[in-house]
Amino acid sequence: MNFILELRDLVKHYPGHRAVEGVSLSIPQGSFYSLLGPSGCGKTTTLRLIAGFEDPTSGDVLLNGEIVNHRKPYERNVSTVFQSYALFPHLTARQNIEFGLRRQGLSDVDRRVREVLELVRLTGKESRHPARLSGGERQRVALARSLVLRPEVLLLDEPMAALDPKLRKQMRLELKAMQRRVGITFLLVTHDQEEALSMSDQLAIMNAGRIEQVGSPKEVYLHPRSRFAADFLGAVNWIAGIGIRPEATRITHAAEGEVRSYPGVVENSTFLGDRIQVLVHLANGEQAVAQVSRNSSVFQPGDAVYLCWNAADEMRFA
Amino acid sequence: MNLRRWFLFPSWLWMAALFATPLAIVLAYSFLTRGVYGGIEQPWTVESYQRLFDPLYLSIYLRSIVMAIASTGFCLVLGFPAALFIASSPQHKNLYLQLVMLPFWTSFLVRTYAWLFLLRDTGLINSALQAMGIIENPLPMLYNDGAVLLGLVYGYLPFMVLPIYATLERMDPSLADAAADLGARPLATLFRVTIPLCKPGIIAGSVLVFIPSLGAYLTPDLLGGGRTVLIGNLVQNQFTTARDWPFGSAVSIILMGLVTVLVWAFLRRESENLA
Repeated sequence: MNFILELRDLVKHYPGHRAVEGVSLSIPQGSFYSLLGPSGCGKTTTLRLIAGFEDPTSGDVLLNGEIVNHRKPYERNVSTVFQSYALFPHLTARQNIEFGLRRQGLSDVDRRVREVLELVRLTGKESRHPARLSGGERQRVALARSLVLRPEVLLLDEPMAALDPKLRKQMRLELKAMQRRVGITFLLVTHDQEEALSMSDQLAIMNAGRIEQVGSPKEVYLHPRSRFAADFLGAVNWIAGIGIRPEATRITHAAEGEVRSYPGVVENSTFLGDRIQVLVHLANGEQAVAQVSRNSSVFQPGDAVYLCWNAADEMRFA
Repeated sequence: MNLRRWFLFPSWLWMAALFATPLAIVLAYSFLTRGVYGGIEQPWTVESYQRLFDPLYLSIYLRSIVMAIASTGFCLVLGFPAALFIASSPQHKNLYLQLVMLPFWTSFLVRTYAWLFLLRDTGLINSALQAMGIIENPLPMLYNDGAVLLGLVYGYLPFMVLPIYATLERMDPSLADAAADLGARPLATLFRVTIPLCKPGIIAGSVLVFIPSLGAYLTPDLLGGGRTVLIGNLVQNQFTTARDWPFGSAVSIILMGLVTVLVWAFLRRESENLA
């Protein structure tokens, strides 16, 4: 496989703070790759090391097989969409988009800008200053400004964080479609597991400066290698040391013979619109949730129930 | 909300008593006749204003304006890099700011005298250069336009550094990162992003330096030795040696008018550029 971007044992220490502690990743050409982790796990620092804003303490960044550690940001063919978008407030949308083209002395500026404006669906808004654009439009300008340079890798630092939740979901689909269309490798940094799972071809889970697990969304969700990965990727019922996803947890009034089960008492049930979530107080004192259809009203607080699951859905960690 | 209005009352009172009233007096004086031993007399006249257009005085206004522009320009060229250095330094920012404000700890008069001791023929610089055998005769460093300009730049430099620093400090650091990321080398980032975004600070600093430079009195008096007459010295002269209060008042009014018109024109042009 052709890896456009490789990180080899990348380390970044600040005085009194170890941000990145030996990260190795291989990112395939043309893929949508996510770096997922809680805030402070070192994912943004990793991104800044790739962009060249920070120098690694040790380790290498390889772009297209070439070590680029000592290249300045303006000498690396990667581009960043910043969390704050970092649009130049004194320039119009078009001038923002042209900025990189002009700095790099590229020809065909007008055609390229026109094409990218169409791609991000901003045609007609190009003469506005960032202050007169909506949050979603600003994000599009930031995307266009980077994509117009056709970078080898597009780095996205929590690009959805500033958008409202509804727009966020829509932009997920759009961003993914955009990536397919342009064929540029996207590296997304996010703390939002839903975002990472829904958009990525592959993702890496990061924790405390290290990579916990790498794999496709399905692999890491269904077969997390650590308790941390399991917890971070979604809700988990921890029943006597075994982890089961809530959607794999069923609830019954009588024990079923062929599956695993554990007894408990219904504590309450919560209407969530599309389904009902039942909170069960287990016999060993732990709590677990199961989901039932919203038309079901059979589980009342105080009911003695069994939580059941298939052995294949169990997640066990040492 | 009603209480809020009263917050302005003390400064309103202060300004009315100590700014507006004297200004009204100066304005009235400028339309009166000169008294024999100073002071003013009836009748009302516009004679002082007619004398303002004497070519001798016009050249003084022009010199003052040129001097104030030069002082503003030098302060900008010296102050911007300094402000940029302080704003971008990872630590010790407060120390550097204290150093910028350090001159204010002593009186402006004392500091200007210090320049006299440095620059005069028997001063520190000339003595040192002579002792080292670099020069034979002392360099004429005092009592000329250069000395006045030096004094103005020295005196008003902090007023340029501080507002520029404040603007740079508020700037989103990711903007410079973004410029580099898009392929801009450091100088391109400076001229295409940092300086344009710093415009409000540059404008504020320029106005803060230009206005006192235009009306400066002490610096041209001490370092110019009376040979470099600027508007400020002209006003002072009329109230002391010349004993022509009405004319001195008229010059003060015209100085105020000049400042108002020039600063207004400058701000208008710059705000158009910003929009």
